[in-house]
Amino acid sequence: MNFAEHLPALQIVVPLVSAPLAVLLRDRLAAFVLVLAATWTAFAISILLWLQVGESGLISYAIGSWPPPWGIEYRVDALSSLMLMLVAGIASVVLPYSRASIEREIRQDKHYLFYALFALCLSGLLGITITGDAFNLFVFLEISSLSSYALIALGKDRRSLVAAFQYLIMGTIGATFIVIGIGLLYIKTGTLNLADLSIRLQAMTSHRPVLAALAFLTVGISLKLALFPLHQWLPNAYAYAPSAVSAFLAATATKVSVYALLRFYFSVFGETAIFQRLPMEDLMLVLALAGMFVASTVAIFQDNLKRLFAYSSVAQISYVVLGISFDSVTGLTATIVHLVNHAVTKGGLFLLLGAVIAGMGGVTLARVHGVGRVMPVTSFGIVLCGLSLIGVPGTAGFVSKWYLILAALEKGQWWLVFLIVLSSLLAVAYVWRFVEVAYFHAPRADLAGVREAPLALALPAWILVAATIWFGVDTSVTVGSAATAAAQLLGVSR
Amino acid sequence: MKNDMVLRVIGKLLIPFILLFALYVQFHGDYGPGGGFQAGAIVAAAMVFYAMIYGLSTARRVLPDALVESMIAAGVLLYLAVGFAGLHFGGNFLDYFVLDADPVAGQHRGIFWIELGVAITVCGVLVKIFYLFAQRGQDQE
Repeated sequence: MNFAEHLPALQIVVPLVSAPLAVLLRDRLAAFVLVLAATWTAFAISILLWLQVGESGLISYAIGSWPPPWGIEYRVDALSSLMLMLVAGIASVVLPYSRASIEREIRQDKHYLFYALFALCLSGLLGITITGDAFNLFVFLEISSLSSYALIALGKDRRSLVAAFQYLIMGTIGATFIVIGIGLLYIKTGTLNLADLSIRLQAMTSHRPVLAALAFLTVGISLKLALFPLHQWLPNAYAYAPSAVSAFLAATATKVSVYALLRFYFSVFGETAIFQRLPMEDLMLVLALAGMFVASTVAIFQDNLKRLFAYSSVAQISYVVLGISFDSVTGLTATIVHLVNHAVTKGGLFLLLGAVIAGMGGVTLARVHGVGRVMPVTSFGIVLCGLSLIGVPGTAGFVSKWYLILAALEKGQWWLVFLIVLSSLLAVAYVWRFVEVAYFHAPRADLAGVREAPLALALPAWILVAATIWFGVDTSVTVGSAATAAAQLLGVSR
Repeated sequence: MKNDMVLRVIGKLLIPFILLFALYVQFHGDYGPGGGFQAGAIVAAAMVFYAMIYGLSTARRVLPDALVESMIAAGVLLYLAVGFAGLHFGGNFLDYFVLDADPVAGQHRGIFWIELGVAITVCGVLVKIFYLFAQRGQDQE
């Protein structure tokens, strides 16, 4: 058996196997070691796949040796290999953090189940990214969603149950819409293979069932990626989930949904069908702008830091969608770069907030007064990530906004440049809310003795903070891969 | 309902047949309607029936919680093991063709174990859900 040949299957199967094994072991340490090994292996496999794709361009793997389009195909190209690396990489950082973090948040006899759920969620997200089959994509979407509902419900705060239930309802509606869309496509074409679908759909892009399928898929996936105004589930889900879960989902779940949207829009329906015959460009532009301004404004008025940055996530996702609406290589490059940059920034930010919760016992603004004095290193990290959310030069956020502005200029839309900068000022406002209470207030008397977060929490968080700075300085990996992926996405339809 | 003679006798009569029917659905899945999911659900239904007549605590002695939880994991593992068997015999993941010298027999062999894995997991999950709900009522009383 040649491992290099089977990497696409092993990418999913390794974390998937670790989930039932963790349940069978029924021991939290053993389960942690096992899932950690599987996650790191998955990360290593994703790097190998990324290198292979760099050489050969496209990897296709036939599950069960049934050749595509009959069987399920796993397909790795520039975009999916980048996303695989992102998801597996974030998981590899968050999982070591989670061990120290859930110690405080989840009952010990449930820890092994937490690790099993984490492994399931990871394999679901990786599966969405790697599969080349529409129905398989739906199944993996359900695997990741169901496990994330349960992960959110594990939160210490009882409101996490309501948040998880709300997400369950919204997520299920989204998933139903997606499966209806896929069903319509299957009725029209008789195939589920994404590459095969795109060929067969070319002749019938204006047929009504196909348009209906497009509508269902757009709304379903938009629910999953929390596109404004379908974002209602997100703030509570992120705010009340265990810290490690908030960080993992904020950094990966919505990003993978954006990936699914890109796949359907550019690889299946094709850019001409979506952007030239339908007013999708204007629609996405308006929703993105509304999201940028409304969500950022709402973020300013939050009094819980986790909710504040959850609303910021909605705003940041809007930048990603803005990039799609330009329908140009530069625009898509901005989208994909921002996917990576925002994932790293928000992942780091939520990990640091988890460290603050561990120290101060919560992250309401009233409680974290003076956190800059008692936990200077952690607060400094939060400020650095905040700068990246604003888009200050030298951070990852700047690179994404730079490409967004370039794409806007390419289209000659000066007013958009102005709006992008204006919305960044709103980001300044919500980040300032943290800076103000952290540095210009004295800590509460009972919290003055709080110490800096333990290394087990600080180290993983700082790896992501360092990545935020690194991707702001050296853009060869992020922008390089994103530009290749964007060209590939648009090349399919041209 | 332990004290109801009619239910107890009918239950004792019916449960073996329900289980037998589950096995029929399981093995007939290869040639007609049926398969692991349905069979697992029928076995779970038999278990629910048993628990309703003889009480939750008796049912939990027959099928303890730890065993139910292990069933959920074991079924998935069996499924994945078939996948790895495909790799081991030189095919792709979940490749049934290589499981026997004759590719068609290989397909039969592969789906047999896959369906068994599905049945075990489905049965485990349904019984677990039933236990959780039934137990919730008892806690409140």
